[in-house]
Amino acid sequence: MKSPLPKETETITLDGEEVAFTEGETIYEISERHRKEIPTLCYDPRLEAFGGCRLCVVEVEGSRNPVASCTTKATSGMVVRTATDEIEKYRKTLLEMVTSENRELDVDSLRGYASQELTTLVNRYEARTGRFIGAQSGTSNSDDKNPFILRDYDLCISCYRCVRVCAEQEGDYAISVMNRGFHTQITTEFNGELRDSACTFCGQCVQTCPTGALADKKAMRAVDRPGEIEKTRTICPYCGVGCSIDLLTKEDRIVGIHPAMDGPANEGALCVKGQFAFDFVHHPDRLTTPLVRGEDGELHEASWDEALDRAAEGFRRANKKHGRHSVYGVASGRAPSEAAYLMQKFIRVGFGTNYIDNCSRA
Amino acid sequence: MSNPLADMEKPDVIFCIGTNMTECHPVAATRLKKAIAGGAKLIVADPRRIGLAEMSDLYLPLRVGSDVALLLGMAHVIAREGMIDHDFIENRTTDSDGFLEHLVEFTPAWAEEISGVPAKDIETAAKWYGESGKGAIYYTLGITEHICGVDNVQSLCNLALMTGNIGREGTGINPMRGQNNIQGAGDSGALPNNYPGFQSVMDPANQEKFKELYGREIDLDKGITKVTALDLCGNEIRAMLIDGENTLLSDPDRAHCEHALKSLDHLVVIDIFPTDTAELADVVLPATAFGETDGVCSNTERRVQRLRAAVPPPGQAQPDWWIICQLAQRLGLTGFDFEEPKAVFNELCSVSPIYAGLDWERIENSEYQWPVPHKDHPGTPRLHEEEFVNGRGIFSIVRYRDPAETISDDFPVWLTTGRRLQSYHTRTQTGRAQGIDYLLSEEALEVNPTDVEGWGLRDGGWCELSSVRGSVKVKVKSTNRSPRGTVFASFSFSDVPVNILTGSGYDPITETAELKVCPVRVEPIDAPQPGI
Repeated sequence: MKSPLPKETETITLDGEEVAFTEGETIYEISERHRKEIPTLCYDPRLEAFGGCRLCVVEVEGSRNPVASCTTKATSGMVVRTATDEIEKYRKTLLEMVTSENRELDVDSLRGYASQELTTLVNRYEARTGRFIGAQSGTSNSDDKNPFILRDYDLCISCYRCVRVCAEQEGDYAISVMNRGFHTQITTEFNGELRDSACTFCGQCVQTCPTGALADKKAMRAVDRPGEIEKTRTICPYCGVGCSIDLLTKEDRIVGIHPAMDGPANEGALCVKGQFAFDFVHHPDRLTTPLVRGEDGELHEASWDEALDRAAEGFRRANKKHGRHSVYGVASGRAPSEAAYLMQKFIRVGFGTNYIDNCSRA
Repeated sequence: MSNPLADMEKPDVIFCIGTNMTECHPVAATRLKKAIAGGAKLIVADPRRIGLAEMSDLYLPLRVGSDVALLLGMAHVIAREGMIDHDFIENRTTDSDGFLEHLVEFTPAWAEEISGVPAKDIETAAKWYGESGKGAIYYTLGITEHICGVDNVQSLCNLALMTGNIGREGTGINPMRGQNNIQGAGDSGALPNNYPGFQSVMDPANQEKFKELYGREIDLDKGITKVTALDLCGNEIRAMLIDGENTLLSDPDRAHCEHALKSLDHLVVIDIFPTDTAELADVVLPATAFGETDGVCSNTERRVQRLRAAVPPPGQAQPDWWIICQLAQRLGLTGFDFEEPKAVFNELCSVSPIYAGLDWERIENSEYQWPVPHKDHPGTPRLHEEEFVNGRGIFSIVRYRDPAETISDDFPVWLTTGRRLQSYHTRTQTGRAQGIDYLLSEEALEVNPTDVEGWGLRDGGWCELSSVRGSVKVKVKSTNRSPRGTVFASFSFSDVPVNILTGSGYDPITETAELKVCPVRVEPIDAPQPGI
């Protein structure tokens, strides 16, 4: 537990500058606050630090070897250097080794929220050298028929972010690690398909994967769709938790969803509905024109003018013939508040009654 | 919710009752899981052995509809063991003496008799909650969708008041709202008893205020609920405007509901899909969907958040606000000449004290939880910190009542209904999202394995499920999630409309339907022929 206030201000020297820290803070967290851009692959701020990828190593005076900044807690008086030539060389070598294993480095950003992390670092460190050639790890589970999560483990670098997010963030423990070294594999119980495991298809593993080894199959259907990907911040349309999401669009289509890591209600989490059930918006069943019931008893397409006149006329007639308490309004718990506000105003101004409700009673 | 979602990671003891949170509010449940991983104790009361029950430290498998008995039993133990917070009762509440006296007769043994929960577990639950520094209660429709829904909620309030578990971090009474903007619909005044911002319509001062604002005198009597309105269709009620609700599938007693809507002279439905309800309308008006309109919504923790448009609507679909304004203008009403949702929301803020400090720009970053009474106010993540809205917390004298219908020789099984993780409500949306079918393609009645055998059913086979109101055919799923004598189905699938069966009674105050309890008969049948 972090104590709310340090007894007295403690400091470390970070790249020559004296900076304060709170007890329990790691060197990485302090560096983040001071915009040091320390590279990471196994780090996700929502998860316990893991120290697996070693890219976040820094030099600490008095320490024989570089230390992983994500797992090392700051102590008073520490002298830390985050980007010496030697440290940067370590990092490049590590990246060259990581990249030697993977089938491809440039994956489409529709694969997932964090899918560009490895590519970005490889470019930053110019690590596309091919200096190491040899064994490759990971075997893709392309036969998992689930429609949401691609399990392309040829691109896996064993950072275990997927396993950890499933356990720590979701509490589901659906996936785990099998074997060691080059034979390391992310697996489910009995190495089966995700549907037969404890997986709830929340997609958190996809969104935290830094290489695109786990990818959003639904979003990937739009890889070849023309247009730039744009992001729009909004709220999930399902339950009342109110998770913040970023809609990914290409021109006029919603092509995928990213959880908003800074969303106050969800802090990056989503469920299967919020993550994957967005495409009803473009379903051919959508009502696209007003409909009016004809003399034949069927609903027929009509213009807005015609439909609105007919709708208004029915309310006018009921009011005239049966009095103002003959008209009732039901507002939606699914539409924006403006709709509910205007619905109650329509009934109250139109008829002077409180004959208005919403769908909360059933 | 009295407390913010972030508080869900803070309690010492969590009491979940009538909430299947891992399926219905999965992201909120992740916070509880973190609290549990951090050492918090979890008590779960639910008739079904749901996911939360599997995670719990103490599971209380109560009989459907017996919540009041269980909660009275717990309150009895808390009082008997002296675990009450005297300072809190002294300083913040009223009517405690009568309440504490009332509790004396409701022993755990009595509660066991009614609820089926072992008395010793009732004792343990009461002790854990009563002794906790921070005890938090979470509930959903399993508490409210009963003829005694109000009694259930008041029973929970009594527990929180007697132990002082309200108004502090990691405590509270926290209903989880089920729809993305059901909170906002209430906030906005779409209620028969309240103007926007929960201002009572029966207060003459409010009537005067809105007469001034709206230019028309509005009844000083509260209106009728939708439930009553449906009862009066064809008589008093002749015309109805329904926005975005598939009433026919989501409401109890489908036959009654269908008859009601059909007996209207005039039904106008605003929706995004041709729902079963829209099929009955005289006029159907196509609305914009998620991602197609700008607007505002409120979540379960009263957080006011912006919805943003990212794509254009299909065809001629229009935003709900525009449609209602057009309709109003054609009736010659004034005050509906809005040109953008921003102006509508700002008007709502101007007439509603709980939104008085908000406007369209201020909610850009989702920072505010209402009430926000003025522009310098930071919002209210936690309610009741200093005092209750009405001054003091009132203890309620609550007694157990049987459900509207109880099991009998003809209908010997309890049916309870709800949602599932992968489908939402009547599936108008999730049913049209690719891939969801792979995870959940059809409805199945959850039956305890011993009952499957005892009733001559077969796992994966078919049964007919009948109540006094009607019957439906549904596949059988053998599972220990259902206790013996109780079965479960969701109301999501239109080919298994379980709300044909429900509708036995309503809470007398809120008129919320008793959707969680319905006596039924379960009989094996051959698989229905396709097309029937």
